[in-house]
This record gives sequence, C-alpha cells and structure tokens, in this order.
Amino acid sequence: MSETVVHGHGAYMEESPYAIPSRKLTMWLFIISDAVTFGALLFAYGYLRVASSDWPTPFKFGPSIINVMIMTFVLITSSLTMLGAVDSAKLGDKAKTSRFLWSTILLGAIFAGLHIREWIGMIGEGVRLFQNPWGSSLFGATFFSITGLHLLHVVSGIIAIMVVARKFNNGRLTAGHVEATGLYWHFVDLVWMFVVPLIYLLNIQH
Amino acid sequence: MAAGSSPNVIAKYLPVYFILLFIAAIEFFVAFRITNIPALLTLLLGLAICGAALALMYFMHLVNERRALFYSLIPATIFVLLMMNMIWSDSFRLLHMKPFAH
Repeated sequence: MSETVVHGHGAYMEESPYAIPSRKLTMWLFIISDAVTFGALLFAYGYLRVASSDWPTPFKFGPSIINVMIMTFVLITSSLTMLGAVDSAKLGDKAKTSRFLWSTILLGAIFAGLHIREWIGMIGEGVRLFQNPWGSSLFGATFFSITGLHLLHVVSGIIAIMVVARKFNNGRLTAGHVEATGLYWHFVDLVWMFVVPLIYLLNIQH
Repeated sequence: MAAGSSPNVIAKYLPVYFILLFIAAIEFFVAFRITNIPALLTLLLGLAICGAALALMYFMHLVNERRALFYSLIPATIFVLLMMNMIWSDSFRLLHMKPFAH
C-alpha cells in the first residue's frame, strides 16, 4: 500500500491531493508564503531605493563582492549536497545520507560565518540600522533586515537539518522528512539568488 | 540497501548545478560592466528568474510532480508578486516631490 494512501491527507484509502504526502504539501505551502514574504521585503527595499535620491552604493569588489561570490558558491553547492542526501535517503543508504546532510550543515555554517563577517565589516564602516556615512539613512535598515531574515532562515535550516540527520540515522525519521527539509533548504538558496543581485549587485561602488 | 558500490546520486544534478554557477558568474560580470541601473536591473532580474526556475523545477523536483501541483502553487504566487508592482508610482512620486536629502 503506498504511503500516500495510508498516511496521506485525505480519508483512509483516499489518495492525497497531488499524490504527495501531507508533509511535503505543507512544506510547499510554507515555501510559497515565505516567498511572498521575501518578495514583499524586496519590493519595499526597491520602493525605498527608488524614492531616495542619495541611496548609497558602498559594495566594493574587495572584500564585499568577493565575499558574496564565495557565499553564493557555498550556498549553491550546499543545495547540491542536500540533493545527494535526499536521493540517498530514498535509496535507504543511511551512511551516505548522513555524510551529505553533514556536508550541507558544514556549508551552511560556512555561509553563515561569512555573512556575519560581512556584517561586522559593514558595522565597522559605520553602517547602523538608521544611519551610515554615505547617504540615505534607510540603507542600513533594508540591508540588515533582508539579509538578517535570510540569515535567520539559514540558521534555522542548519538546526533543522541537524535534527533530521540525527533522527534519520536513528530510524526515527523517514526519507520523506529528509525530502521536506531539502525543499526548505533549496528555497533558502533560491531566495539568495534574488538577494544578491538586488541588494549587492545593484549597489556596487563603481 | 544492497552491499557494494552505491550509485552516484548527485551526478544527474551536476548540469543544473553548473548552469546555476554560470548564471551567478554572469550576474557578477555584468554588474561591473553595466552602469545603467534600469538595464542592469532588468538583466539581473531576468537571470535571477532563470536561475530560480531551474532550482524550482530540478532541485525542488517540481518537474517530477503532478502538473496540478505546479498550477496550484506557481501562477498564484507570480500573480501576488506581480501585483506588488503597484507601489512604483508612489515611489517615483516620493522621489520627485520631496526635497533632496543632503
């Protein structure tokens, strides 16, 4: 009997909507809502940027853009390792799943560390939530809120993957749980693909 | 799981992975080449959307799911995001009406 019939959303013996487990559908719905949240924040940032005549463009190639390049590479690679974990989990290879999950955790931690290092650099240059040495006082608010929300998602994802890695190894969670966590992690990567061009690349110091 | 060598589970994702890296590389390259902000924004957004679509379809396996799931999730999300574009008229109004900051 398929998992979707026994453990699915509908009544007993009824096929799940979209033929996926409830867990996966719930994660997709959460992803959609979170995407709209990030979209709203990025639109608000765009609104303020257009409305400001003196929006700062402080990001130099070194160290800021180099840092962002490394962060982008690390995060996309972590998505790849997460894919490895999901497929290994579906094949029932616990050892391989564990290795891929811990690789993802490590890459996520590297990303978070680089991000915090960048924040420290910006704060050292005088950027605060509502002031900076260069221009519009809202630059800091938008920068820290958007990148901070993304960082919060990364850190939460790292914690979630750690929990899933332990429990999948102990047999308390299934491949479906690994897959749902994987969806979340890919979403975090997807958001970064929009944060980089809008927050960093449009504000390069020429 | 049978003993012996297990399949290379990430090999099939490598093409999409390298395309995503290539898209990111192009973004970084054009950001330093194009100084016209509207043109740069259009290009960067277009590239970001291409990258996001690839990640959505192949990394998140939406291409393997039932078509109904795709049509239930994606068009509505795109609609909501497109509706947010209503703010631009107010944004430009603020830019032109308020005194320039010093």
